[in-house]
Amino acid sequence: MSGNTVAVLVEHRDGVVAQPTLENLTLARSLGEPVAVWLGEPPSDEASATLGAYGAGAVRVVELGAAGRLPKVRAAAVGAATPDAPVVLMTSTFLNKEVATLLALETGAGVVVDASGAELADGRVETEQTVFAATWNIRTRVVSERAIVALRPNTTQATEVDGAGAATVETVVFEAPEVPERLVAVSAVEREEGVPLAEARVVVSGGRGTNGDYALVRDLADVLGGAVGATRDATDEGWISHEHMVGQTGTTVTPALYVACGISGAVHHRGGMQASGTIVAVNIDPDAPIFEIADLGIVGDLNDVLPQAIATLQEHKGA
Amino acid sequence: MRILVTVKFTPDLQSHRSFTDGSVTRTADDGSMNELDENAVEAALQLVEAAGEGEVYALTVGGPDAVAAVRKALQLGANHAIHVSDEEIAGADVFGTAKVLAAAIRKVHEEQPLDLVITGMAALDGLTSMLPTALAADLGWSQLTLASELTVADGEATIVRHMPDAHETVAAPLPAVVSVTDEANSPRYPNFKLIMAARKAPVTQWSLADIGVDGVTVGAIAARTEVRDASPRPEKADRQVVTDTGDGGVTLANFLIEKGLA
Ligand SMILES: Cc1cc2nc3c(=O)[nH]c(=O)nc-3n(C[C@H](O)[C@H](O)[C@H](O)COP(=O)(O)OP(=O)(O)OC[C@H]3O[C@@H](n4cnc5c(N)ncnc54)[C@H](O)[C@@H]3O)c2cc1C
Ligand SMILES: Nc1ncnc2c1ncn2[C@@H]1O[C@H](COP(=O)(O)O)[C@@H](O)[C@H]1O
Repeated sequence: MSGNTVAVLVEHRDGVVAQPTLENLTLARSLGEPVAVWLGEPPSDEASATLGAYGAGAVRVVELGAAGRLPKVRAAAVGAATPDAPVVLMTSTFLNKEVATLLALETGAGVVVDASGAELADGRVETEQTVFAATWNIRTRVVSERAIVALRPNTTQATEVDGAGAATVETVVFEAPEVPERLVAVSAVEREEGVPLAEARVVVSGGRGTNGDYALVRDLADVLGGAVGATRDATDEGWISHEHMVGQTGTTVTPALYVACGISGAVHHRGGMQASGTIVAVNIDPDAPIFEIADLGIVGDLNDVLPQAIATLQEHKGA
Repeated sequence: MRILVTVKFTPDLQSHRSFTDGSVTRTADDGSMNELDENAVEAALQLVEAAGEGEVYALTVGGPDAVAAVRKALQLGANHAIHVSDEEIAGADVFGTAKVLAAAIRKVHEEQPLDLVITGMAALDGLTSMLPTALAADLGWSQLTLASELTVADGEATIVRHMPDAHETVAAPLPAVVSVTDEANSPRYPNFKLIMAARKAPVTQWSLADIGVDGVTVGAIAARTEVRDASPRPEKADRQVVTDTGDGGVTLANFLIEKGLA
């Protein structure tokens, strides 16, 4: 299958290519010839240069308005851009899982979502995944000729190709299909500065143990250059917005470092973070289940431990 | 208002889950209805209660143990239970499962039209969240997925969908397939009377032949993916838990610095 087109669906925000897309382009190079699929207003020169640098020969642009938020329209657009691609890679998000499903129904592809890697074996795509709150590793073989794989962020190290030029921009002719669903309203969620939770290399989360005060959690996240997460108890209390919730029904994160502060480690929460590289927990209760999965656990009051940790880290940074 | 809810039998989250021959091992004593399907049942009951009339069907596809999932739905207040079970379904992927569910739903719909099918947002065993989309496509009905809010009026369903970058309001004509999140409502507890009644309530049992599905189109042979290998992740080595005696923060910071994470 190598030598074949491997399409990578680009995630971009304010015209800037998101890090997981660069990871997927890197992975795509080991599977065939990467092309990028860009939905929305055409990419800037800078964006096409970035896509080229990570291995995309071309970027195929499908101009889509707000209707592109509807899964069926989005899937049709990706389909129009990838008729020749036996492999399509995308970032594992709730929306993309729907897009992958719809596209597969059109093309007969087999789908794996939440994968942490993919490779070719005997002409077929095989993927790695962790399941059951990251307590098991499984390897799945896509037996169909076509494969769609949705990958979790932070599972491939993104690297540039030496001396690669910008990707050539190609416009895909596309007419959005008539669909029964209609967007009545879209209200933007105010985006916080920094990397989105799902893509962050470092996540610092606070739970009920913060008692609603996220200042220390935020400060620790800042000094580590990470994003802020939370448990459902914290978002239910209204201490922090829903977008910050980590867990099986919230955002699944796989950062290099996860710091859990005042979090008991309920199975629902663990399901969304247990595959993280290094896990550190601060909890006042020595029997908290979070300690069972922590590389380093500190039994103590976060109001004592975090300020000291922040000060030490700031000192280290300044040194 | 006639609503069908899909409910899945899944292993208990707290129990030790495992794989046997590429499939999730399921046993009756450590499994039950997928927790997130409680939100689907609740959404259906609330709509019927608000309409003042209607019926709720619970449908599951799975082996003999899966009947526990529809029994749970009956305990919560569903009026009818259907269990589709057939050896030929073994090894089905999401597309095969959707095909079986869709055929059963069509059979109910043909007897008397349904307004809605409501599903959970994900099955907590696999967490793929793919089935609702595949099911809507197979039925050719409107697809309204990941609803944090759901209202039905004038032949239309309207949902609010929380995406990371925006909250969307999406509407579509009935009949529709709606998946609800755990934000949509707080599931009720079954009351004693319903628990007793559910024990004796009949559960309709259908095979693939009963719903006109050919086994080779849905089972392992039709699956587009197959699990090649499954192994428990090794326990982490050198885990340490230390008690803060005044320098816990320094210990934490130094650990991160040594690991090159800070
Ligand atoms: C269907 C379903 C889905 C769910 N999905 C999710 C999900 O996706 N994500 C999620 O997070 N939850 C989810 N939940 C909720 C989950 O079950 C737990 O209730 C939740 O994760 C607990 O949050 P917590 O750890 O903040 O609170 P608690 O369990 O109350 O733990 C608080 C911890 O803080 C510690 N503490 C208190 N004070 C201090 C202090 N001063 N310093 C240090 N430690 C302190 C305590 O010892 C305790 O361990 C779900 C639940 C259900 C039913
Ligand atoms: N075998 C099944 N029987 C009934 N409902 C199912 C089955 N599999 C999935 N579902 C429904 O589809 C939802 C999403 O499941 P999934 O896409 O597998 O994560 C679940 O919450 C259930 O409502």
